[in-house]
Amino acid sequence: MHRFLKTMNLEMAKKLVISVLIVLVANFLWASASPVKDTVSTYTAEEKADQKKSKIKEDIKHHLQDSHDFHLFTDETTGKHYGFPLPVILWDEELHVFMSSEFHHGESIVQSKDKYYELHHGKIHRTDESGNIIESAHPIDFSITKNVFMIMVISLMLFIMLFRTNKSYKKRGHLPSGIGRFIEPIILYVRDDIAIPNIGKKHYRKYMGFLLTVFFFVWLVNLFGLTPIGVNITNNIAVTFCLALLTYLITIFTAKKTYWLHLIDPLGNTMPWIAKIPLYILLVPIELLGTIIKPFSLMIRLYANITAGHIVLMSLIGMMFVFNNWIGSSLSFLLAFTLGILELLVAALQAYIFTMLSAVYFGSAVAEHEHDEEH
Amino acid sequence: MEKLIEEFSVGLFFWQTVLFIALIFLLRKFAWKPILNAVIEREEKIEGALKAAEEAENKMKELSANNEKILADARVERENILKDGRSIKEKMIADAKSQASTEAEKIITSAKEQINIEKMKAMTEIKNQVADISIEMAEKILRTELKDAKNQKKLIEEALKKQIN
Repeated sequence: MHRFLKTMNLEMAKKLVISVLIVLVANFLWASASPVKDTVSTYTAEEKADQKKSKIKEDIKHHLQDSHDFHLFTDETTGKHYGFPLPVILWDEELHVFMSSEFHHGESIVQSKDKYYELHHGKIHRTDESGNIIESAHPIDFSITKNVFMIMVISLMLFIMLFRTNKSYKKRGHLPSGIGRFIEPIILYVRDDIAIPNIGKKHYRKYMGFLLTVFFFVWLVNLFGLTPIGVNITNNIAVTFCLALLTYLITIFTAKKTYWLHLIDPLGNTMPWIAKIPLYILLVPIELLGTIIKPFSLMIRLYANITAGHIVLMSLIGMMFVFNNWIGSSLSFLLAFTLGILELLVAALQAYIFTMLSAVYFGSAVAEHEHDEEH
Repeated sequence: MEKLIEEFSVGLFFWQTVLFIALIFLLRKFAWKPILNAVIEREEKIEGALKAAEEAENKMKELSANNEKILADARVERENILKDGRSIKEKMIADAKSQASTEAEKIITSAKEQINIEKMKAMTEIKNQVADISIEMAEKILRTELKDAKNQKKLIEEALKKQIN
């Protein structure tokens, strides 16, 4: 990071800090605008607090979940939802496409090509005409959900950003301008401090596409998770699974002979083959399992870090309303604010860790030296 | 774990995979490759420029070292030339001096000889003239004196007296 910080000048840093603060403050304003309002005043204070807690729990759960429409907020007094619908795409023996607004937020059943569907707790089930769920039917949901929509938006943003960076090089001849001046240090950081030290100068270039894309994608997605729109893409195991799977597949398909040899014959020439047999009964399965555990840990790490961060952050924000007094609320505001800043760091850190570990795995796949020296 | 599997959304996985792979390929083509190429090209350019500068510096150093050497050589040469000149001068002066002195000696000796010769000549001439004059006088005197005997005698005596003196 040091190199990145060195190249960033003071003015840029100032702008960055200001924008971060704006986003954070907006986040809290948003949060304070949406949840719990005292709708019923006949309850006792304790009951009210319990109600609030369960409402906050519900909100957090909802926040972490994917949804079929782009829900921004709900006016609870009128029960009106603000947001926009997204297309639902189902594969249930044939293709069904309709807008999610037809569900009316889970309140009505949708008929599509003589089949009936219902939205229940964020999941689409096939039902009969009267709305009873048919358990035997498993429609596969390919809908453009909120997360998919945001993946598209972020990918587009990323593409425009980087395309402009590339263009700026042509304009000034080998020197970036505009957004390129922000992007280039990061690219160089990924190349010089992540890819080259772990993969080596000889092979690093073919992995740069994946490493850079993953770094920027995860970072941007994590950052978007912290905005008031509140889309947590890396909070879905399917997303982190996809990323980890790609790391795994790339590792395996670009692996050199020594990688496989190391898996099958981890001890090499250190002892006679007859002595190795009993060891290998144990060692080889462990080694083979290790290749899967590595990307698996990638998947869980990213997922768990982001999810935990969001739950804690949302809970702290919720605590402001549970305390409902000057000292407690302002204290939890301070805590939440600090954690918000920490989460910004985590957003970059998780992107860095994912990229770094991917690079380490790629490095082991193309390592050419004999493993005898290594052990 | 069960919850994770239950939460796993096939649709999201499908879209994420499709979109992400598309993103990788698009960015590779339109961003990473050209950007990295530009950066590498720039780095190579800078490296080349630095190397050229270093080379130029080395050359300059070499040149200045050469210059110094040439200067030192020139200085030595000058010294040598000066030294040679000085010695030649001295030799010339010495030679000239010795030559001059020998010449002077020669001239002096020859002059002396000449003088002696001239002196001798003059002496002999004077002697001869004196002899002639004296003979003439003697003749005249004799003629006059010898007109009478008495005078003759007196003259002879006088002459003799003179001669004796």
